[in-house]
Parts: sequence; C-alpha cells; structure tokens
Amino acid sequence: MGITQVLFWFLSILAILGAILVVISKNPVHSVLWLIVVFVAISGHYILLDAQFLAIVNLIVYAGAIMVLFLFVFMLMNLNAETEPQKNRWLKIAGVVAGGSLLLVLVAALKQADLKTKIAEMNRGDIGLIHNLGLTLFQDYVVPFEISSVLFLSAMVGVVVIGKKE
Amino acid sequence: MPINYYIFLSVALFCIGVAGVLTRRNAIIIFMCVELMLNAVNLLLVAFSKMHYHALSATAPHAGIDGQLFVFFIMVVAAAEVSVGLAIIVMMYRNTHSIDVNFLNRLKH
Repeated sequence: MGITQVLFWFLSILAILGAILVVISKNPVHSVLWLIVVFVAISGHYILLDAQFLAIVNLIVYAGAIMVLFLFVFMLMNLNAETEPQKNRWLKIAGVVAGGSLLLVLVAALKQADLKTKIAEMNRGDIGLIHNLGLTLFQDYVVPFEISSVLFLSAMVGVVVIGKKE
Repeated sequence: MPINYYIFLSVALFCIGVAGVLTRRNAIIIFMCVELMLNAVNLLLVAFSKMHYHALSATAPHAGIDGQLFVFFIMVVAAAEVSVGLAIIVMMYRNTHSIDVNFLNRLKH
C-alpha cells in the first residue's frame, strides 16, 4: 500500500468522522468546527486527484469565507448547547433510518455496476492546473461566467434588502 | 484509486447530510448539512473528471476539464446561496428570537 492509498483512507475516514460529528454535536459552534475539518479533508482529496486549483479555492471559499460567516452568525445570536432546540426521540430515529435507507439503496444499486476497470487517476495529468482551467473557462464558459457575476450582484442586493431594518 | 471508492465515499457523505437535515431542528445546522451534501457532489464530480481524463487522455488532452469547471460554478452558486440563506435566517431570528425551524409553522396561517 503506497503513500497515496494511506492518504486516501486517512482523508476518507477523517471526512466521514467529521461529517458524523457535525450532525451529532450538541453545541452548534463545535458543528461548525467539525465542518471545517470535513472541508479540509475534501481539499486533501482534491490535491490527491491533482485538482490543485479547486483544492485551494475550496479552502479559501468554504473553509475560510463561508465557515467564518456561519461562525459569525452563531456568535451574533449567542447560541450554545443550552439554547439548542431538541427534536423528540422518535423523529430523530426516523430521520436516521431514512438516511440509512437511502445509503443502503444507493450502495446496493451501485454494487451491481461494473466499474472495476474505471480508475480515477492520481499523480498524473495537468487539467487541474489554473492555466488549463483558465483557458477553458474564458474560451468555452465565458457566458456562464458572466451570468454568475450577475448572480452575485443580485445576491448582494438581496442580502442588503433582507437584512435592512425597516 | 478505483472510482468505486470515491462513489461510496460521496454517497456516505451525502447520506450523512440527508440524515442531518432530517434530524436537526436548528436552521443553521440544517443549512450546514446542505453544504455537506453539496461538497459530496463536488468530490464526486472531480473524481469523475479524473476518470474521464484517464480514459480519454490519449486522444483529447483536456478530457474531463469540464467536470472541474462545474465544481467551480457550484462553489460560486453555493457562496451566493449561503449569503442569502443566512440573511433570511438572521431576519427570522430577529422576528421570533429563535432559530427553531418549527417556528416556521406560522407561515401556514
């Protein structure tokens, strides 16, 4: 087992453990911190898959900006484990059973698929580098890129309108 | 790595996100679980992009690059979505002094 496999298993276990702890933590601030751990693990997966640009963007945008926004809102509202609303036990069990059933169905369906020869290749290829991504982005995807800038503008205006005290 | 491992990892992360949305009542935690599901999908898109690169790179040198650009656009949309969603949650907290989603029952009346 090479270093790549070891890293793959380590990052996968870290991601799943972090995701479970996001859901079961009583204190919302701990949930945010575990979600940052999950995002860092997923960024590690991107680096293993030679998607360096996406790894860095994931760290900056998700683990940096978005999670700071979540933490900021939690601290603005002064939330902690005591103010955390609790569902009753049967609803919790029903939710876990529903999620587990979805997992079971998807795994059972995908186990039949013949994917033995398909390999997500590691340690080779340069499609994740910013040079190639940028060329494709500004040649083939210029229109979606511009539309996303309009989306950002409208989101910004919407946030200001919603957040304004009347 | 065979693509199976990435598919099962992403499915596991996605289902944990679904279970979180169904079990929690804190609106912001529900929102974070949605982010978790988005990231599971992003990971799978990158893995598939590398799979296509492996299969087609002999004839097309940039095969699979579209998958990574889709991930980029998903991140853009997710950032806009988070800002609007958190603004709505803050407004709801200002009106009800709670972030319990069951308070949104009053939208019915």
